[in-house]
Amino acid sequence: MLALLVAQNIAFYVIAALIVFGALRVVTCKNLVHAALWLVMVLAGVAAQYILLAAEFVAVTQVLVYLGAIVVLFLFGIMLTRAKTGTDLDLDHSAAKKVGAGAIGVLLLAVMGYALWDEYRGEEIGDLAVQRTAQVSDSIFSTYLLPFEVISVLLLAALIGAIVLARRD
Amino acid sequence: MLVNQFLFLGAILFCIGVYGVLVRRNLVLVLMSIELILNSVNINLVAFGAMWHANDTANLSGQVFALFVIAVAAAEVGVGLALVLMIFRNRQSIDADDVDLLKG
Repeated sequence: MLALLVAQNIAFYVIAALIVFGALRVVTCKNLVHAALWLVMVLAGVAAQYILLAAEFVAVTQVLVYLGAIVVLFLFGIMLTRAKTGTDLDLDHSAAKKVGAGAIGVLLLAVMGYALWDEYRGEEIGDLAVQRTAQVSDSIFSTYLLPFEVISVLLLAALIGAIVLARRD
Repeated sequence: MLVNQFLFLGAILFCIGVYGVLVRRNLVLVLMSIELILNSVNINLVAFGAMWHANDTANLSGQVFALFVIAVAAAEVGVGLALVLMIFRNRQSIDADDVDLLKG
């Protein structure tokens, strides 16, 4: 059991390092298409973290919806707005604003990090049992039935709205 | 595994996303940074869900909430990119600084 947890911890830190590196590249990369491809790495890493947390259905949904659909939408968006191919130096604000944004990010991380460290220091997740898809669907279609229906109406509204907005008339 | 590992990963990803939203001028890249933020929230939800599930095996609220966030994120990206396309069609640019019609 302990050896298994060591393997899980090593996997967690390797994947977490990949996620953080990829996310930094998404926000600093000078090439739009490369930023979208770094985003693929971040999203795949997050899916791997879900598998480490034994949340198989969320991991599969992450791969299907994010990697399969949303990244393709982003690539469509990049190409339809006729982005410069190759390096584009006009993607970021000025250096002074970058310093300010970096300071805000670090400050936010310090506050959240202190709060998390203070509250959840040393707390274990416990025995990770696989959270089966059948149980997830039981939960959605009993306890969360009303939010589920609201979400489906929201998706329909967003679909129609996107078509109306993007239509050429 | 400690629950804090996942929470700190979520916090770092959130801050990188906030930095991206503030620093990027291209609207498509702003939307990508918003995706980073939504993913960090999802990591937190699934981590807390796993912690609850370990105590009470009938409780799967964390995963259900994560699925709802994924659905809302898909709707958000669809409408967001449609808006970006509209802005590009009307102003031939998707620079966030160029969208200043309401500035007196």
